[in-house]
Amino acid sequence: MSGLTTKELLERFRVGDRRACAQIISFVENGAPEATLLLDELYPMMGRAYRIGVTGPPGAGKSTLVEKLAMECRRQGKKVGIVAVDPSSPFSGGAVLGDRVRMSSLFTDPEVYIRSMATRGSLGGLAGRTKEVCDILDAFGKDFIIVETVGVGQMELDIAEAADSTVVVLVPESGDAIQTLKAGLMEIGEVYCVNKSDREGADRMVMEIGTMLEMRAKNDGWMPPVVKTVATTGKGVEELFNKILAHRRYLEESNRLSERRRKVIRNEIERIIEERLREVFYHQPGVRKRLEEMVSDVEQRKVSPYQVADMLWKMYFGNEQRRV
Amino acid sequence: MKKKLRILIAKPGLDGHDRGAKVVARALRDAGFEVIYTGLHQTPEMIAEAAIQEDVDAVGLSILSGAHMTLFPEVMRLLKEKGADDILVFGGGIIPKEDMEVLYRMGCGQLFGPGTPTQEIVDYLKEKFPDRV
Ligand code: B12
Ligand SMILES: Nc1nc2c(ncn2[C@@H]2O[C@H](COP(=O)(O)OP(=O)(O)OP(=O)(O)O)[C@@H](O)[C@H]2O)c(=O)[nH]1
Ligand SMILES: [Mg+2]
Repeated sequence: MSGLTTKELLERFRVGDRRACAQIISFVENGAPEATLLLDELYPMMGRAYRIGVTGPPGAGKSTLVEKLAMECRRQGKKVGIVAVDPSSPFSGGAVLGDRVRMSSLFTDPEVYIRSMATRGSLGGLAGRTKEVCDILDAFGKDFIIVETVGVGQMELDIAEAADSTVVVLVPESGDAIQTLKAGLMEIGEVYCVNKSDREGADRMVMEIGTMLEMRAKNDGWMPPVVKTVATTGKGVEELFNKILAHRRYLEESNRLSERRRKVIRNEIERIIEERLREVFYHQPGVRKRLEEMVSDVEQRKVSPYQVADMLWKMYFGNEQRRV
Repeated sequence: MKKKLRILIAKPGLDGHDRGAKVVARALRDAGFEVIYTGLHQTPEMIAEAAIQEDVDAVGLSILSGAHMTLFPEVMRLLKEKGADDILVFGGGIIPKEDMEVLYRMGCGQLFGPGTPTQEIVDYLKEKFPDRV
């Protein structure tokens, strides 16, 4: 099936062919020339799925929980897409993507589609094209898309923009770390989950999170609930899912869902324009070469980097102002 | 831009020997490939379906239980049934020479026995997929 035209690929995609979906995802993930056209074609079919982000420290039980959340969706007759992100090795560029190990009960359900992604150098806890892969699964007809981030610390917070509802998964032992987590994970969660609550200290952890959330600057009318779960047995997962649905209702009723999505669309357009500008700029004949030549002048303090940038800018934009 | 080589490493059947599969997965990662590891006790149906959804170039089966003569052909059959027989099936474990020959004749990729240096496996894949990184 490698010789298919994009048209044939799209036709198969539209009738639910999982292999076509898989190959379209690969084109997009690899930034292939066909990618933009494919995404354009699928665009009208997107925007129906609800996106749930699952994030938290390494080993907190995210994958196990994602499996159980997906089972809960399936019980309610909903179709599920899962995107599971694991880190690429900074040394080899390779990766072992192991999240599937915890999701094997879903493998042969035709209404569940799981895709593993490597970060390939992205630092925000997601892969560079995670959003687009979610878009494709959305167009493929999934009702819910669950995204598992890499095991995060406090800086990898891209999920907050990629998801409609962000679930932060902690464990009873996260207590000591919670102070340092404050800056990151404690800001982005819309639903908190104390997983591995079969272990000691879960109740105390729930209280600590609650205290922390009360101190969090509230800018809207949603107080994030804290739910105890045992992902390995499924205990508490139904309640967790219900809280996610409650958050969804809140977003929809307060009109914030469309507000958020508009913001994401705006960011996306800006990002595309910035990428193109950068590309166009550096592709101007002579720009790269001139930049390289000027490096030693800057090194010897003959000119400043700003002056070089001004000069390169004029090569392309003429005498228009650089500083706005 | 070259496409990254994606490999599924799976342990079919009841076989609990997972050291070899993990060693191979890590070696392939260190060679720069993306490896999807699905863990123990997979049925051929699960493996074929995962291979398709993940759009892998190859499926590597690790079998030390003696069930290779049923499991390899079954995974290959299912991939074919799903229109995905362009995905290479290869692997390793405890597999007698005679059985290897039979499997090769059925279209199976290279099989590697105990003690194989992992570099040999990496080299094989690089040669098989010259247009991947
Ligand atoms: C360690 C070991 C165990 C450990 C396993 C620990 C673990 N988590 O893996 C334990 C103690 C649990 C165990 C248990 C059993 N074992 Co045991 N075990 C071994 C032993 C000694 C070494 C296996 C090993 O880990 N090798 C190290 C790894 C790195 O090598 P490898 O797996 O062979 O992988 C290499 C290649 O084969 C190849 N390869 C392997 N997989 C893949 C995949 C791909 C994609 C590729 C490209 C290459 C590749 O590349 C690797 C690198 O060179 C072997 C004997 C032997 N010398 O092989 C017996 C052996 C495999 N065990 C055997 C048996 C019978 C059992 C038991 C049934 C014993 C029993 N009666 O209880 C149980 C069954 C357990 C189960 N649930 O399946 C038999 C199998 C006989 C057969 N197939 O006909 C063997 C061969 C011993 C023997 N000579 O009888 N075992
Ligand atoms: N006791 C207990 N163990 C759990 C629970 N949930 C998950 N685990 C175990 O915790 C380990 C890690 O689970 P994963 O689901 O892989 O965790 P993860 O957060 O996805 O891990 P990374 O993706 O590597 O960051 C596994 O051994 C699970 O079986 C739980 O509720 N209780
Ligand atoms: Mg995980």
